[in-house]
Amino acid sequence: MQNLQPNIPTPATTHGASARAWNWRRTFAPTGNTGDTVFRLALFGAAFFLMLVVLVMIGAMAVNSLPSLRQFGFGFLTSRVWSPISGDFGALPFIYGTIVSSLLALLISVPLSLGIAIFLVEQAPRGVARPVGFLVELLAAIPSVVYGLWGIFVLAPFLREWIEPFLARWFGWLPLFRGNVTGIGLFTGGIILAIMITPIITAVVRDVLAAVPVSQREAALALGATKWETTRVVLNNGAPGIVGAIILGLGRAIGETMAVTMVIGNRAQISASLFEPAYTIASVLANEFTEATGELYLSALIELGLILFLVTFTVNGAARLLVWSVAHRAGGGAVGRA
Amino acid sequence: MTSDSQIKSAANHRRTASSVMTTLTAICAFFAVTILALIIGYIALRGLSAISFQFLTDTPKPVGEGGGIGNAILGSLVLLLLASVIGLPFGIAVGVYLAEFGDGRFASVVRFVTDTLTGVPSIVIGVFVYTIIVLPMRQFSAFAGGIALAIVMIPIVARTTEEMIRLVPTSLREGALALGAPQWRVTTGVVLPAAASGIATGAMLAVARVSGETAPLLFTAFGSRFFNVYLDQPIASLTVQIYNYAISPYDEWHAMAWAATLVLMTLILAINITVRFFTRKKI
Repeated sequence: MQNLQPNIPTPATTHGASARAWNWRRTFAPTGNTGDTVFRLALFGAAFFLMLVVLVMIGAMAVNSLPSLRQFGFGFLTSRVWSPISGDFGALPFIYGTIVSSLLALLISVPLSLGIAIFLVEQAPRGVARPVGFLVELLAAIPSVVYGLWGIFVLAPFLREWIEPFLARWFGWLPLFRGNVTGIGLFTGGIILAIMITPIITAVVRDVLAAVPVSQREAALALGATKWETTRVVLNNGAPGIVGAIILGLGRAIGETMAVTMVIGNRAQISASLFEPAYTIASVLANEFTEATGELYLSALIELGLILFLVTFTVNGAARLLVWSVAHRAGGGAVGRA
Repeated sequence: MTSDSQIKSAANHRRTASSVMTTLTAICAFFAVTILALIIGYIALRGLSAISFQFLTDTPKPVGEGGGIGNAILGSLVLLLLASVIGLPFGIAVGVYLAEFGDGRFASVVRFVTDTLTGVPSIVIGVFVYTIIVLPMRQFSAFAGGIALAIVMIPIVARTTEEMIRLVPTSLREGALALGAPQWRVTTGVVLPAAASGIATGAMLAVARVSGETAPLLFTAFGSRFFNVYLDQPIASLTVQIYNYAISPYDEWHAMAWAATLVLMTLILAINITVRFFTRKKI
């Protein structure tokens, strides 16, 4: 390739550090072929446009939430009142509902997903691991609204008849399990979320475990470790990646909309009981956006959207970095899509 | 000092712990598969008992008068077509950029943002499209819905495209370059055809994924009770129709929600299983 231009100092480059750094010819036309330059520019344009979309996304939501930002400032995050009629808008009940339902989902989903991933990578014979792995992946292909439908008509009645009375009977001394048993509330929301994020966490943990070198397993086995002890060595090796997978699941749980909206009860309140109806940020957007009358109401909702965007973007970014750190160290390339 | 029997009992203990844990992981896997079977079983059971030809072709009617999801099926097809026309070329272009020129700092940022974008909730994308398209147009529209779905699609397509292109052997590239082909000819004429089937499967999975999206359509495409193909008008979709039927208080509409779900899930499972059948590689 003829792109090894000698670095002749031109008047422009001798003047300062800023002029030396970048040269459009080196970036876009290193081969000197017109077709190449056009091709490069087109692809670069697509990538650049995507970045622009993300920036516009933040900008547009920020501008449209200005009325609410001006009116409530930081108090928006700490106020418990959400009253479209009186024009008071506070996000705390939604933040509470989002955090509690997501944590509940993680609590159930993390051991389950780890178990499945360990089974698929470390223990199951190939002939079992492949079909079972595919079936678990299929769980991720089911749309949120379908989970919601199933949640309303199958899961919620089941929990109301069997699980919630049981919890209320034996653990009712905890404020968590007091209150009306209706099947619609935080508890059901957390469980449906747990089912939905399990295939996502499983998929990433699977890739992380598969990226741990075989030599680690061989070394443990050679020292006389049992199958489970070997697995623990592998888990230790993949720990940062597993944490990444869990955070990725958390990000998904925070943003899940339809299924949660359909089973969580949609009431803007903060209650210690998991059986009470609650509300998440995503659900209030789904429910009230089209009905929002008045500039302030709409802008409060858009501000919630902005908050949701910033939180999930940060959470996902952190997770990706963790997962990458493991996968790249081990040379595995298949990580990072979920 | 450890006696022989102590060592033996420790070994026994370790062996028991190992088999207990092995069994537990198997139970976890079994549990997940059971849930899948329960969900799909219910959809098949409740959906099949409510589905009919008239249901598939009719428009929604007031409760008690029957009605169907014909306009929602048409609407979903229009939305998916629009999203694919915009999202697939765009996503593939970004993917090719990342694979072919993906070494610099800007490319790393693009890759990171693209990855992170796949985790941004689709309802947020709905809010965004509402602010930039629905507000200025003063109307919900199929166009806005299609754009929202395209934005959901782009990062997924981009990342699978990049991975598929990276699987193409370097020797193929080198061969073409050695024959004197310029780089753009190498990419479009040699690398892309070699990766085409992988890119196509990625595209199909992306279509399957957005065909199940509801949240970004709620306040962009909105929904409609009529047959519509005009992009500047609100349009119905299967998913929003399922949602509306499901949260209604009428048993008749609940049955319709299950039947519509059966249609949607048939489409999604068909795509997923076909992809699996035709590719040995894990997508």
